Amino acid sequence: MKNFEYFAPASVSEAVGYLQQYSGAARVLAGGTDLFLRMRHRALMPDVIIDIKRIPELSDLHYNPEHGLYIGAAVTHAGVVADADVQQHYGALAEAASWVGSRQTRNRGTVVGNLCNASPAADTAPALLAYRASVAIAGPNGTREVDLDAFFQGPGQTVLDAAEIVTGLTLPPRQGNQGWGFFRRTRTAIDIALVSSCAVMTSTNGVCDQVSIGLGAVAPTPIRASQAERVLQGQQPTAELVQTAGQTAAAECSPISDVRCSGDYRKSMVEVLTRRCVQSALSMLHLL
Amino acid sequence: MKRLITLNVNGRQHEVAIEPRQSLLQVLREELHYTGTKEGCSEGECGACTVILDGQTVDSCLIFGLEAAGREVMTIEGLGADDALHPVQQAFVDHGGAQCGFCTPGMILAAKALLEQNPNPTDEEIRWGISGNLCRCTGYVKIVEAIKAAAAAMQT
Repeated sequence: MKNFEYFAPASVSEAVGYLQQYSGAARVLAGGTDLFLRMRHRALMPDVIIDIKRIPELSDLHYNPEHGLYIGAAVTHAGVVADADVQQHYGALAEAASWVGSRQTRNRGTVVGNLCNASPAADTAPALLAYRASVAIAGPNGTREVDLDAFFQGPGQTVLDAAEIVTGLTLPPRQGNQGWGFFRRTRTAIDIALVSSCAVMTSTNGVCDQVSIGLGAVAPTPIRASQAERVLQGQQPTAELVQTAGQTAAAECSPISDVRCSGDYRKSMVEVLTRRCVQSALSMLHLL
Repeated sequence: MKRLITLNVNGRQHEVAIEPRQSLLQVLREELHYTGTKEGCSEGECGACTVILDGQTVDSCLIFGLEAAGREVMTIEGLGADDALHPVQQAFVDHGGAQCGFCTPGMILAAKALLEQNPNPTDEEIRWGISGNLCRCTGYVKIVEAIKAAAAAMQT
């Protein structure tokens, strides 16, 4: 590996300052489980590494019923999985995060860092999309907030500018009755997802209110299956509608064939997994 | 340009000059000579390099030595003693949980961490719990048996 200069700033503004100063030649280090490997393989050869783990507020993980859930940029997958509030109010996220890599990877790798790598197969992305998460970004020109479904631009690409850093994620507060489902196809425990689906739904008086469906590994970025969502939104759920939602989600995605599996398989699985996710959500809501 | 860091390994403070690009695994093995931790893949996939950092199992091949400055590391050398093995180590001996032994240090630390979090795991929970540690020799059966036995021993 090529040697580098290492900084461990104590504040976000210090970190942004370094990014500005070394524009293009600096990389942010959070959990390091992806960055370290890219550096080892010389896919990336930064002159400067900015370790953000010593910035106190980035380790913040907290929930309150008014503002929802905040996940700081240095919070690990293990931290999210183990958090009682996440388990209770954002169950699909706890489930999704528990699938990322191995225990060892989850103890280091951060949720935000994983999103910044923008793999189309990122495990937590379908759940975070389904929970309608937004991304807080800090840069030389101040801070901005971007909805997660606008954050990804393509495989490995996000809307971040060179001197910007994600400081955290916000998930809106839970609205009343909520059900969820998260399913993923994979070869073994620590392999990358072949395809994943997540549904988060609310209901009032037997009718579906908010329906959010996130899909992973079936498009250039993680996506929301908005047409499938509309099949169920405002409707009284029936087995037929659930079936249609699954089929619609499959039609909405554009998976490729790669070393892991074929595009056809992914499309078929989107239909099956989405149906199961919706069934799971409806069963938690005691509908159907 | 080397940096001087202090790192606590198995209860001992160590001061060592390292390059930024050196992984924690390299620092432990090459600078501090704790060679119990093994390099299996350098990809963070096999778990042979597993150590316990601030109480959590991690792949030391993916961590820069500088990230561990001021932190506490436990390697396999820090577990038990020659005349008083940790129950997990004893169970591996008693149940044949090691063949070539290369995965074993990482596997034992992963098992120890698992049992601390879940003192009475099912076979399935054990398999999930050690899923970050690959073994090419045993087929995992005796490893799982050893961990089950260790769990029972640790509960009495």
